[in-house]
Amino acid sequence: MKRFLSAAAFFAVILIVWEALVRAKVWSPIVLPSPLMVGEYLVSAIRDGSLLDASAVTLKRLLLGYVFGIVIGLPLGLLTARFKVLQDTIGLLALGLQTLPSVCWVPMALLWFGQTETAMFFVVVMGTLWSVVIATFTGVRTIPPIYARAARTMGSNGMHTWIHVMLPASLPFVVSGMKQGWAFAWRSLMAAEIYVTILTGFGLGHLLHYGRELHAMEQVTGVMFVIVVIGLLADKVMFSPWERFLHRRWGTQGK
Amino acid sequence: MTVQTELVNETPSKLSVGDISKRFRSKSHEVHALDHVSLDIAEGEFVCLVGPSGCGKSTLLNIIAGLDTADEGTLLCDGKPVDGPGRDRMVMFQEHALFPWLDVLGNVLFGLKLKPGLNNAERADVARFYLKLVGLEKFLHANIHELSGGMKQRVALARALAPNPRVLLMDEPFAALDALTREQLYGDIQRIWQDRKKTIVFVTHNVREAVCLGDRVVLFSPHPGRIREQFKIDLPRPRDINSVDLAQYSTRITKALKFHMAAKNGEVAE
Repeated sequence: MKRFLSAAAFFAVILIVWEALVRAKVWSPIVLPSPLMVGEYLVSAIRDGSLLDASAVTLKRLLLGYVFGIVIGLPLGLLTARFKVLQDTIGLLALGLQTLPSVCWVPMALLWFGQTETAMFFVVVMGTLWSVVIATFTGVRTIPPIYARAARTMGSNGMHTWIHVMLPASLPFVVSGMKQGWAFAWRSLMAAEIYVTILTGFGLGHLLHYGRELHAMEQVTGVMFVIVVIGLLADKVMFSPWERFLHRRWGTQGK
Repeated sequence: MTVQTELVNETPSKLSVGDISKRFRSKSHEVHALDHVSLDIAEGEFVCLVGPSGCGKSTLLNIIAGLDTADEGTLLCDGKPVDGPGRDRMVMFQEHALFPWLDVLGNVLFGLKLKPGLNNAERADVARFYLKLVGLEKFLHANIHELSGGMKQRVALARALAPNPRVLLMDEPFAALDALTREQLYGDIQRIWQDRKKTIVFVTHNVREAVCLGDRVVLFSPHPGRIREQFKIDLPRPRDINSVDLAQYSTRITKALKFHMAAKNGEVAE
């Protein structure tokens, strides 16, 4: 409760200072809208459905690509850790492509797939995939060999060892890799949506883009606010439970 | 199968190590870990393998466990050649090797889940039985990092006992513990050995520990790893590590150990 109060007070102060600056007419409202104007935009955009529709379109694209990236990336990472040949090939490729800012995939995606959902999907997958591969690979390589030995004496081998020992043992790395993959995917999708219009669905990026075209600063600010909230929620809903589990089991949180 | 039949003691195994040799090769050098080692271990016997590091005692244990293979020689368990790890021979390592992603109960259940013929409720009953045996029935759902070193080794012991093996292989399981905790565990392991009737092969470099636990102490010397001498320990159980009789045995064995080391190196080892 105390932590909630201090957080609430912090954001209240920001809003008050912001409103005061606008009232003092330090900048024109076209450059800096007041928090109230942004709030009014958010309410009206929620009422007419445009904001929720855009959020739904964006989240659908994100989740689809993200889940696909993990489904491919996790086994690929495990295989890369298992086979030397894959480590020298796929591993190196993943390492290289992971350093590539995922926005850089957008031009290629557009040329390959045109202004389609497939292009968006491709960009999100590329943002997710390599982080997950690298994290899983690193996770498996850092597992103490004694775990697999102990498992063998208890009758575990082959697939059972990979699923019940190697995968859970590498979980701290895998989760942080998934988190990084999420961040990369989210950034690249936003860039793609701002960069190019996809007629089959207007996402948050488009809303942001049209806010700029219309000089509607309250819309630009409002959409940015929504993007931040979604990012925060994703962290709390998808990753926090995992991280709490890891901290509790591994005893890694110094409290 | 029911929990009752599952918990009935398996008859302990007879182990027969026949003329086993093992070399480890790395780029820079070669280690002759075991050189024509032969050893017979009776059903239900508690044998301690003692020697300085590098004498091959842990290698021999790993070969019996099926985690390593011998270059030459035969290894028979109840007359049958050992081919890889098996539930009849469970291992306890110096590092507890417990899985941090599972709680205490989950760790003990790991091996049981791989054992056919039991349903999950029965497996949980078996796991609880062994956790009670090692005195940890109140810590079923504790996380591994919350336990002390001694408690971790107790969980590792329960995990090794749970699949009801015929042989228990222990590789310096108490080496990293403080003296007081170790003394408690000496009592526990003797009680559990008598209660559960296992053949135990126990590796240690601590002569006193070996005399306290073993029916027989087998002395190894390194480079190449060979068996030098064997001592039968005729002391009543349960044994107290601080007793005078025990000290006399360990003095004799330590002397022999020093003698073999000196004969080997031309200098007296510690």
